[in-house]
Amino acid sequence: MSRFTSLAINNPADLRFGVSPKPLVTRRGLTIGGGIVYPELNFTLPPMFVDKNTMAEVRGQYQQIITGALQRAVELEAPGLVVEFETLPPMTENPAWGVELTRILLDALEATHSQHGLKSVLRITPNDTREMERPPHMRSGKLYEAMIQTFDGCAAAGAELLSIESVGGKEIHDEALMMCDIRSVIFALCVLGVRDMRFLWTELDKIARTRGVHCAGDTACGFGNTAMVLAEQKMIPRVFAAVVRAISAVRTLVCYECGAVGPGKDCGYENPILKAITGFPMAMEGKTAACAHLSPLGNIAAAACDTWSNESVQNIKLLGGMAPTVYVEQLIYDCRLMNQALAEGRDAALLFRKWMVNSDAPLDPQAYVLTPESALTIARAMVSAPTPVAAGKAAALTAIRLLREAHGEGRLKIHPREVPWLDRIQKSVETIPSNEAEFIGEMMGQVDTTKFISADYNL
Amino acid sequence: MQDLKPLHDAILKGDAKTAKATTEAALAAGTDPMKLVQEYMMPAMAEVGRRFECNEYFVPELLLAARAMKAALELIRPLLVASGAKPAARVAIGTVKGDLHDIGKNLVMAMLEGGGYEVIDLGVNVTPEQFVAAVKGKGANIVAMSALLTTTMPAMKTTVDALQQAGVRQQVKVLIGGAPITQKYADEIGADGYSESAAGAVNAAKKALG
Repeated sequence: MSRFTSLAINNPADLRFGVSPKPLVTRRGLTIGGGIVYPELNFTLPPMFVDKNTMAEVRGQYQQIITGALQRAVELEAPGLVVEFETLPPMTENPAWGVELTRILLDALEATHSQHGLKSVLRITPNDTREMERPPHMRSGKLYEAMIQTFDGCAAAGAELLSIESVGGKEIHDEALMMCDIRSVIFALCVLGVRDMRFLWTELDKIARTRGVHCAGDTACGFGNTAMVLAEQKMIPRVFAAVVRAISAVRTLVCYECGAVGPGKDCGYENPILKAITGFPMAMEGKTAACAHLSPLGNIAAAACDTWSNESVQNIKLLGGMAPTVYVEQLIYDCRLMNQALAEGRDAALLFRKWMVNSDAPLDPQAYVLTPESALTIARAMVSAPTPVAAGKAAALTAIRLLREAHGEGRLKIHPREVPWLDRIQKSVETIPSNEAEFIGEMMGQVDTTKFISADYNL
Repeated sequence: MQDLKPLHDAILKGDAKTAKATTEAALAAGTDPMKLVQEYMMPAMAEVGRRFECNEYFVPELLLAARAMKAALELIRPLLVASGAKPAARVAIGTVKGDLHDIGKNLVMAMLEGGGYEVIDLGVNVTPEQFVAAVKGKGANIVAMSALLTTTMPAMKTTVDALQQAGVRQQVKVLIGGAPITQKYADEIGADGYSESAAGAVNAAKKALG
């Protein structure tokens, strides 16, 4: 495991779409982060059960999805395509099903490459089914074993990018969000989350090395995006969700410390911060992910993307065609625009990026913490900290300072009822001791320790 | 007569300690428990619900109020039962089989507890058999189901069918909710109530119970 102590990108102008200091070259020759933004399509089933009785229909659904999407990608002359297969829980619990469906997708990608020259790569994202038990067994047991087998089987079949939306720490984080308890958020993300990520991504790195594939990256989806959705529903303050986003980068960073090389997972809206630290390419999603969830980050999310995704769309019929086909078209057009800007040179790309950033950042604190300048400032605070808890604390205080300054200078709108929350959050963060062991001791006396197996977190 | 406005205000502010202390003092002074509930506690929770609906309160403020209400209710409930008052409805709540999302379910749970209901949390990934067992073994009057995934919402229908097959469908009201759920789907599977938000769950329960 290596630790990042400096930034790969030091100038905000260098944190931009399509270009990464450490691009990733795939087997079929996609260079992700090498000057072209690629569409990344994700999809799911329509309302239906997944069990042995419906597997024939499930196979048919995925066949239909990939056939339609690839045909449209060829027709629109996409420069390449990343396909993400995010399994559903029964497919992770039954690794043979997940592997079989992976093969269906891979065969279609191969056939389209052979016939039409479309370069593509498959990202496999098994569910983190460990949380199906409460408290979850994070390092052993039937669910964990099946999940690892799914990773291994899909990697062996040819899925080249490994990802997961891992859940270590969620046992505490959900309630922490609902209570807007920032100390528990930091405990969940920077103690529990970090420790689970170190374990899990070390195991995934072994699979990737054995199978000759890449660990791509994780996401704080179950953490930062849950906060974002709750804020969108006006259940928690947006400023709180913005601070959670900044802290969540500490947890997600661990996968790169353990060998992941990108592209980071699409729903990790914290990815600009991680791109600045690691230099690895990142998938992002924004307005094209409204099919899955709403967000205040529709345009700004694309500012530093290397692949551009739709998060997930059900295979249902829309007027234009089946939804995954419709969405691949939208992604391709968005990418065409970004790639045209890139083709016209650095200044054109920066102008386009400015429009992406400035159209969102003044309107929402969650967008503001992801401007290139904010992302670099938060990233710098993180890598300067000696421990994950200190990094979480630094990320939180930096985000609060940035929001406060921008609001004070009229560059950012914060709803009046949210302004006092900045003080509340800051005061709470400042109570966190600098000694990590001391903080853990305090929190173990405060959180509900029956919700997690402390030994699975080395506690 | 003791001033009971502080009980109302303590619930409104989510101050469980004061809510409990004020209730204890009021009961010790011989105040009718039903008066405490109907004239101070329920109006306070109604105001909390209103503030939440009007975006004046965030969830933490609502949850703290619900906790304060629960703390006071725990003192009062045994007295009401002893006096022969009709017990509050008992709700068995869970996220359906195959689904692990529980934030929405937990919010509904807090709202129902704040609304005076007794809630049994069955957790996530709850099988139809577990819902049936909660009705049979724990005397639940309401089964409340949550689902966030399109691939797990069919488990709501399976659960309704299981309640029917177990012969207990007529003795419970079924409430459903979650991102992909609609009133139309509730009607299709024969649920008795649906709410598109956690805040609406108490009204949905009241309406279903009639």
